[in-house]
Amino acid sequence: MGDYRKMWQDLGLDMESHDQLLEVLPPTYHDVYLTQENRPQVMEYFDFVVNEIHGLRIEELQQHKSAGGKVIGTFCVFVPEEIIRAAGGICIGLCSGIEIGAGEAEKVLPRNICPLIKSFMGFKLAKVCPYFESSDMVVGETTCDGKKKAFEILNDYVPVHVMETPHMKKDQDRKLWEEEVKDFARHIEGFTGNSISAVSLAQSVRESNDKRRALKRLSELRKRDPVVISGKDCLLIEQIAMYDDVARFTSKVNELCDELEKRLESGVGIFPAGTPRVIVTGTPMAIPNWKVPHIIESSGAVMVAEEMCTGMRYFENEVSEQGTDIDSIINNVAERYLGTNCAVFTPNTGRMERLTELVKEYRADGVIHCALSFCNPYAVEANRVEQVLRQQGIPLLKIETGYDQEDAGQLKTRVEAFVEMIKE
Amino acid sequence: MYAGLDMGSRTIGFVVLSGDRIVVSKLEDTGFEPIKTAKKLLTKDYDEIVATGYGRHAVAAEFSGRVVTEIKAHALGAAFLFNGARTVLDIGGQDTKVILMNEKASVIDFQMNDKCSAGTGKFLEVMSEAMGHTHVSEFGKEALRGSGGVKISSMCTVFAESEAVSLVHRGAKREDIGLALHSSAVDKAAGMLKRIGFKTPLVFTGGVAKNPCIVKLLSERLGVEIYVPREPQLVGALGAALSGSSHQLQ
Repeated sequence: MGDYRKMWQDLGLDMESHDQLLEVLPPTYHDVYLTQENRPQVMEYFDFVVNEIHGLRIEELQQHKSAGGKVIGTFCVFVPEEIIRAAGGICIGLCSGIEIGAGEAEKVLPRNICPLIKSFMGFKLAKVCPYFESSDMVVGETTCDGKKKAFEILNDYVPVHVMETPHMKKDQDRKLWEEEVKDFARHIEGFTGNSISAVSLAQSVRESNDKRRALKRLSELRKRDPVVISGKDCLLIEQIAMYDDVARFTSKVNELCDELEKRLESGVGIFPAGTPRVIVTGTPMAIPNWKVPHIIESSGAVMVAEEMCTGMRYFENEVSEQGTDIDSIINNVAERYLGTNCAVFTPNTGRMERLTELVKEYRADGVIHCALSFCNPYAVEANRVEQVLRQQGIPLLKIETGYDQEDAGQLKTRVEAFVEMIKE
Repeated sequence: MYAGLDMGSRTIGFVVLSGDRIVVSKLEDTGFEPIKTAKKLLTKDYDEIVATGYGRHAVAAEFSGRVVTEIKAHALGAAFLFNGARTVLDIGGQDTKVILMNEKASVIDFQMNDKCSAGTGKFLEVMSEAMGHTHVSEFGKEALRGSGGVKISSMCTVFAESEAVSLVHRGAKREDIGLALHSSAVDKAAGMLKRIGFKTPLVFTGGVAKNPCIVKLLSERLGVEIYVPREPQLVGALGAALSGSSHQLQ
């Protein structure tokens, strides 16, 4: 990585804490990613992006900003990135999967709260995230109560626009959401000073759809046995999708798929044929949270799909490209996002249906449900998942864990025992 | 000959099988140099060394053996000792496991306690010491003589200890407090067994199975007979050795 110290100082980062953060990542990344054997060549690009996570990409954001563009941070796959880009903005996912600044965060938040919330508050208060410090505004949503209330506090430190995301999928909820998306578009227009036209929105819809199609293509390639790419690598790509340049990312994912298609022909997998296959479902795993996937793939199993927001929920549905006037395009955008099977909805039967389909499509031997500690929507919904999977005779392992490593040994025993069980 | 080594948090179990016969069975303290202890135990040439327990990967790496989880090892060991066993409750030094098996002794479901030590051997050790016993075995025996009427409501090791101490100051009898503490540990295990939908016969393994008060209370709470092996701390090692020999047969 180049020398970015001046840029970090100019951004107002707490240099000492930031140095500590930068020391944590490389050894973890090495152990989790670089020790994998027989990785696809194109993964070099994604390794590079991680290596430059606080460098080159931040530099790009600064260039964008000095040319008058805005950077807008988000925390949820419900926030329509198409709208942001149609107004000339760059959309960055700010969720983080590492425990940082907990002491700072606990000054304003209760101690027992979801680690994702604590982490974003910690990052902001401890001034260690150049993405946060580059964001001109952030967009929150009313998905879960913890985030909803935390955004009130976050607004003390950075302007927050909160979108009201519905909790049911009735007609009146659809109407509410359409209005929220329209309101968001107006807000973004005002904030960026750029108007959103049918042409600019149609173009950003196309770009986002291309990204989704590329990720879907990658996902399809994982249905085969032996698998040609590790689940950890795919999760990494899904995490990078949240902050990389859209066009470049899309072309790299497609390039990777080209390489993997050749691998499929040669019949060489990254794990031996017959390796037990699992689907991971639950709370999103923000970068660099690779804890459970790493345990899974070092316990003799392979992760073949992620039914998570860092996973299929991010790319499964496309925005309809029918419609030429601005109102109908905005409605298409709203419609696509409401199709997300998040546990904040009641009921959320779509998730159970999709999960059982995925088990068949990806020929999974079992499902691992991961909820972050104190995440009520997913921890409670695990019961519905269990009920449905049990009826179908699909083995399930339920895990509740945070960003710390103290339970890694116990989790390893549980995952290994689960793998032994589904092998028999 | 197949060697099974169960590297637990408190003890190391060691069993050697020749065919269906147990030819060696030993139990050592884990201590601070577990690999050294393991080296002393593994004196012969074996067809295979199978490691289980918390330190299984370290053992397997050191002696080029294979690993099997405690879950599978306890299932195999319990089914070998008690033909037809359908559920295993294993309470060790740091964790509690309940394992559900089918008729063929294959694991079909399991649960482990989360990070905390509530209701485990560690819980009983801390309470035993807090109650002034020099050995945890006396604690269990004395609690058997206790009568009800005193209750410990916390399952947390730290909170339960302070609850017990305040009961002492209120003049409660030591054996009654002991009974209440055992009852608290049993609540936790019974809860896990009910959640998984346990089936009989139920086998109880791990160091805590040697505690007569826990066995009695649990049997009463669940209304079933509980089968305790003669050496409950060696079931994991036995299962590991068995997995070695059955692995060979396949």
